[in-house]
Amino acid sequence: MSTVAEKPTTELNEATVRFCGDSGDGMQLAGTQFTTTSALVGNDVATFPDFPAEIRAPRGTKAGVSGFQVHFSSNEIYTPGDVVDALVAMNPAAFVTNIGDLRDGGILIVNESGFDKKGLELAGLDGNPIEEVALHQLEQKYKVYKVDMTKLTRDAVKEFGMGVKEADRCRNFFAMGLVFWVYGRPLEPTLRFIEAKFGKKPEVAGANRAALMAGYNYGETVEAFDTQFHIPKAELKPGKYRSIMGNTALSWGLMTAAKLSEKRLFLGAYPITPASDILHELCKHKNFDIVTFQAEDEIAAMTATIGAAFAGAMSITASSGPGIALKGEAFGLAVIMELPMVVINVQRGGPSTGLPTKTEQSDLYQAVYGRNGECPMPVIAARSPGDCFEVAQEAWRLAVRYMTPVMLLTDGYIANGSEPWRIPQFADLPKIPVTHPEATDGSEQFLPYTRDERLARPWALPGTPGLEHRLGGLEKQDRTGNVSYDPENHQHMIDTRAAKVANIAEDIPLQTVDGPDEGDLLVMSWGGTYGSCLSATRLARKHGKSVAHAHLRYINPLPRNLAELMGRYKKVLMPELNSGQLRTIIRDKYLVDVIGFNKMQGRPFTVAELVEKISEVTG
Amino acid sequence: MSVEMSLPVLTDKDFASDQDVRWCPGCGDYSILAQMKKVMPTLGIPREKIVFISGIGCSSRFPYYMNTYGMHTIHGRAPAVATGLKTVQPDLMVWVITGDGDGLSIGGNHLMHCIRRNMDLNIVLFNNRIYGLTKGQYSPTSPLGKRTKSTPMGAIDNPLHPLSIAIGAEATFVARSIDTNIKHLGATLKRAAEHSGTSFIEVYQNCNVFNDGAWDYAKDRNTKADTTLELEHGKPLIFGKDRDKGIRLNGLEPEVVQLGKGITEDDLLFHDEKALEPSLAYLLSRMRYEDGFPEPIGVFRSVDAPRYDELVNDQIALATKEQGPGELDKLYGSGETWTVA
Ligand code: SF4
Repeated sequence: MSTVAEKPTTELNEATVRFCGDSGDGMQLAGTQFTTTSALVGNDVATFPDFPAEIRAPRGTKAGVSGFQVHFSSNEIYTPGDVVDALVAMNPAAFVTNIGDLRDGGILIVNESGFDKKGLELAGLDGNPIEEVALHQLEQKYKVYKVDMTKLTRDAVKEFGMGVKEADRCRNFFAMGLVFWVYGRPLEPTLRFIEAKFGKKPEVAGANRAALMAGYNYGETVEAFDTQFHIPKAELKPGKYRSIMGNTALSWGLMTAAKLSEKRLFLGAYPITPASDILHELCKHKNFDIVTFQAEDEIAAMTATIGAAFAGAMSITASSGPGIALKGEAFGLAVIMELPMVVINVQRGGPSTGLPTKTEQSDLYQAVYGRNGECPMPVIAARSPGDCFEVAQEAWRLAVRYMTPVMLLTDGYIANGSEPWRIPQFADLPKIPVTHPEATDGSEQFLPYTRDERLARPWALPGTPGLEHRLGGLEKQDRTGNVSYDPENHQHMIDTRAAKVANIAEDIPLQTVDGPDEGDLLVMSWGGTYGSCLSATRLARKHGKSVAHAHLRYINPLPRNLAELMGRYKKVLMPELNSGQLRTIIRDKYLVDVIGFNKMQGRPFTVAELVEKISEVTG
Repeated sequence: MSVEMSLPVLTDKDFASDQDVRWCPGCGDYSILAQMKKVMPTLGIPREKIVFISGIGCSSRFPYYMNTYGMHTIHGRAPAVATGLKTVQPDLMVWVITGDGDGLSIGGNHLMHCIRRNMDLNIVLFNNRIYGLTKGQYSPTSPLGKRTKSTPMGAIDNPLHPLSIAIGAEATFVARSIDTNIKHLGATLKRAAEHSGTSFIEVYQNCNVFNDGAWDYAKDRNTKADTTLELEHGKPLIFGKDRDKGIRLNGLEPEVVQLGKGITEDDLLFHDEKALEPSLAYLLSRMRYEDGFPEPIGVFRSVDAPRYDELVNDQIALATKEQGPGELDKLYGSGETWTVA
């Protein structure tokens, strides 16, 4: 690096940076690189990518704004941050849609040349917010840096002889370089990334490298940038770490479960946001004996999954709300056939097509109740990107132990967010035993609907001599599995299927809490709101509140000590990114007057709004 | 030196399950079931390696009556269920039993995609041109004007023709047979079983309760020689009680001609089930009784093509050969990592 006089360094505990620009500006890449680098230097990190539903929304408009927020800290953190400490806005549309989240006194870096007449018009602005009076007002509130990134980048990459368009594509590396300098991050990981990604195109690699360095050096040289920030390492549990995204962790968890149970992995899927990355990830790893089947529609994806389950594979389907709705009839078939499989719903905003790229928890009723007939399915939910790895294994463990399809819920926020993940050793993970009845000489009739102590029936595989049997969607006769219209039998089978799923409560851990064992308030959460609820309850306790946090992984059945647990607190508050779906179920089951806190804006809870609600409830 | 595997000698009775068959007396389904049970022991495949999969409808009860593995699934989805099963266990022989409503209406999408992937499945579509199980509504193969419970003034939607659909999706094996023509039906099922890739067979099946006589023109002893035409590979298209009529191409149109008076067999269209180009098979599938043609029965098309179920597993084998069997610890630790002491 150059040897300009060192600028003063200020030490911070944590910071939140957001890159935002047009969806063609490479902001997701900038955010991802910043995340990896921050993790590598030892910070705890949590991220929140936020992108438009339209792949090619009109350039420069508000609809096309894409953002990536990174929260990094020397403490353990669980959320991507409520407010932004440093905002990079590549154009006026990004500026208008994001400035509201920048904290007072925060750093604003704008790409000056993006604020031309056309850019301002596209953003629906009359005047230029970074000129004259408007600028003056901005400067009252924030530390504003106007940087002509377009020109500086073009100059930096001149020697590579690219056209203007190609040169401008390197702008995100300039922005990265500059923010890397502000927060004292090393460039090496990004340089390695550039080499790996663009190594085959030397001029592109060279230009990106040059833009990155130019950005960094700009921070170092230009006087206006007068301080560099330093965020010390976080004290994470010792071990080897990597940063992982939810959908990746989920896919690896599935692959791991397949190996732990010595099964072929079959994924039946149809492309849908935000679940497609599971298909993308698994189809890359065919050498793990994985069959990925991109079906003609969601129904085929699900019914092929049922066929694969009958054939003896670890069978999975992954989708999101609208796709899950289409699969609904087939869930019933899976339930009555009592075959093991995992159904993944990466939830997004609904109803209908709703908000495909935004997060919500509004498919809980659908997961628990959304089928015809008495049709219970176990439902479990992941709480964070890394947790997806474990939950995937747990879902498959329950599926095979109880011979049932299991619904696994995540959401867009978990799926696309990332966090540091302590790398496990495969050998340390608990095996998932699976047994199949063995061949017979066929002299005795095989009875596919006999049951073990957990009420699970045997998983007999086609190809096994002597066990020939027929499964179907018509009501089964107990033991034989033959079609039966007998009234008593129907009642018995419904009761048995329900008891089987209810029994899982005996097999899952007791619900624990973070915080005091009893007190004024229990905040209960499930799914992707884990981080915000945990952070908020911890903060509230620091403010002297008597509040604990229980986060539910198991939604159906609920942990067997839940009623007793809730009874130890004066009040129970349940924040959900829906209108109160789990709250309704809990009130129904336990007659406990749970208080709701509900938000449906396609965004996660902020810690601040939860803390405020906790104060309001505890008085 | 080859070792003869000795399979136990099975008969059709070995393929009968213990379930009472519940179709209406006189239903065409009985004869299809009987032929299937007869064909099974001739295939040399052990019972446990055979799976019958169906959707919903009268025909879809079929798996319950076969003493093999079976799945009676949901309406229209059997081809998709079969696809999942077959890709995971490609050595199973899988039969899909469907009907005109199940296969062409609610399940049309799956049928088309299953065929174009050339999954190694045998699909038998029982065409009775009516919804039987739901008691008599018109189906996608009911003719225009057909009066049914749901079309009191006559059907107004143009019917689908199963074989035209299958050939349109480039099925590698396409055949047609008739429930009462038991010899022909048995032979056709056998050929379908022996084909590698998707075999699609349409069987004209009489629903004697809700659509009795729909295929009488093709079954009646007195008329069938003139209303059907038995396809034979490499042979000219000849039909008629006295085998004196043939099909000749006039441009791109088929026409019925009288043999003799200067027209010889050499002027006729010759059947080529091996033609890679499916147009001839398509043209045959469009020859219809109501347009004055005999309706072909037998094998329309039988060609070889790569099978999805094999290709899927070939890719897995190739990836494993090139990259070695997957190691999870290696995967977990791939990319950028750091260590906290
Ligand atoms: S309704 Fe028709 S197709 Fe169905 S079983 Fe009776 S006769 Fe056969």
